[in-house]
Amino acid sequence: MKYLDEYRDGATARIMAEAIRAEADTGRTYRLMEFCGGHTHAIFRYGIQDLVPDNLCFVHGPGCPVCVLPAGRIEAAIRLAEGEDVILCTYADLMRVPAGKKDSLHKAKARGADIRMIYSATDALGIAQANPDRQVVFFAIGFETTTPPTAAVLKIARAMQLNNFSVYCNHVQTPPAMAHILDSGEAQIDGILGPSHVSTIIGSRAYADCSGRYAMPIVIAGFEPLDVLASTLMLLRQINQGRHAVENQYMRVVSETGNQKAQALMDETFEPRALFEWRGLGVLPNSAVQIRDGYSQFDAEKRFAMQGVDVAENKGCICPAVLRGVSRPDECRLFGTACTPEDPKGACMVSSEGACAAWYSYGRRSASAGTAMEARS
Amino acid sequence: MCLAVPARVVSLDSEAESAVVELDGIQKDVSTVLLDRVDVGDYVLLHVGFALERIDPQEAENTLAMFAEMRAADA
Repeated sequence: MKYLDEYRDGATARIMAEAIRAEADTGRTYRLMEFCGGHTHAIFRYGIQDLVPDNLCFVHGPGCPVCVLPAGRIEAAIRLAEGEDVILCTYADLMRVPAGKKDSLHKAKARGADIRMIYSATDALGIAQANPDRQVVFFAIGFETTTPPTAAVLKIARAMQLNNFSVYCNHVQTPPAMAHILDSGEAQIDGILGPSHVSTIIGSRAYADCSGRYAMPIVIAGFEPLDVLASTLMLLRQINQGRHAVENQYMRVVSETGNQKAQALMDETFEPRALFEWRGLGVLPNSAVQIRDGYSQFDAEKRFAMQGVDVAENKGCICPAVLRGVSRPDECRLFGTACTPEDPKGACMVSSEGACAAWYSYGRRSASAGTAMEARS
Repeated sequence: MCLAVPARVVSLDSEAESAVVELDGIQKDVSTVLLDRVDVGDYVLLHVGFALERIDPQEAENTLAMFAEMRAADA
């Protein structure tokens, strides 16, 4: 397919890998954090870790929305779905994420709660229109990529006076999470592969503060394997030259200022949320959004007076440390034994973007990783 | 969750702010409410039923030209 196949060419990948090996200083190590789960999976799926030298290590970041959503937010949604006569709509990624007491939306649905998987936020609007005598709640999650579509449906719902529709807002923001990880310093990273489609919305300049304050090289990278390799090379050059700047490899869809129409729509419907809890990162100030007053009749937390729920996370699960880039998935004693994609104990094993799911699906075959790329060329 | 795929715009309904896009032979109705402008034949980045951004063909070409230079230097 156009704009995908050209960025997956195996022969070019090998040449880039050679350039990375030539650039890498053998006398040191490089710890590069890929912020997004989409990058984590590209790195594993295409065997990129095996193409780069051993002293270059990819550290997985927190850019997986279902992974960073604390169990209590899911538990609150389950209580809403079972306690009130609502139709709860959400993206498929969330369905199997563990909530309290080994529960999940999937299990609540099996018990009879009306929980529906949707492909688009507009599907939730359609369900509300088709069921005028029922309350329909859209359980919205995601970083800045997924926030504008939610903003769009809020605006449509208000214009249509669709009074049986509301949004349970769990949208979070990338730069505050990045700043938190850099501020703690515990992941000991030398450079960051910056988000692809989050950056399409917020623009490359959104990371200037992080890069400047923490003297951190950042390269906005596309999700395809050649994008990841080209960005890795750009990061190594910055590091070796002792520079730190925000550079943009993903020029075809990321500009310096981002999608301003989408930003205006988000500003109109959302405002900063003073505090929001992230799994792994804790409670972070100004790291998420909530629905603005002008749209408060569509705020499910207000409409149903939803209460915060404290849920103890599984004690054996090291998802929090994995999300901070401090531990690797295979360092968890549950990994691959008690916790598998079929029976996940932690969120990072559920999501198709989670680091544990990537290690489980691709990492165990490390001896043969990279063959998919070779087969294509 | 942040994955988005390139799709070609087949037709536009400017009143409804929507488009029909084609993706590997499949056609789909998507919202164009997040775009300033879009034309038939453009490629857009598709995410949860919304076109997030137009793909800039010139910038895409520049990136591919950089790849080609690396291959040429290696040959």
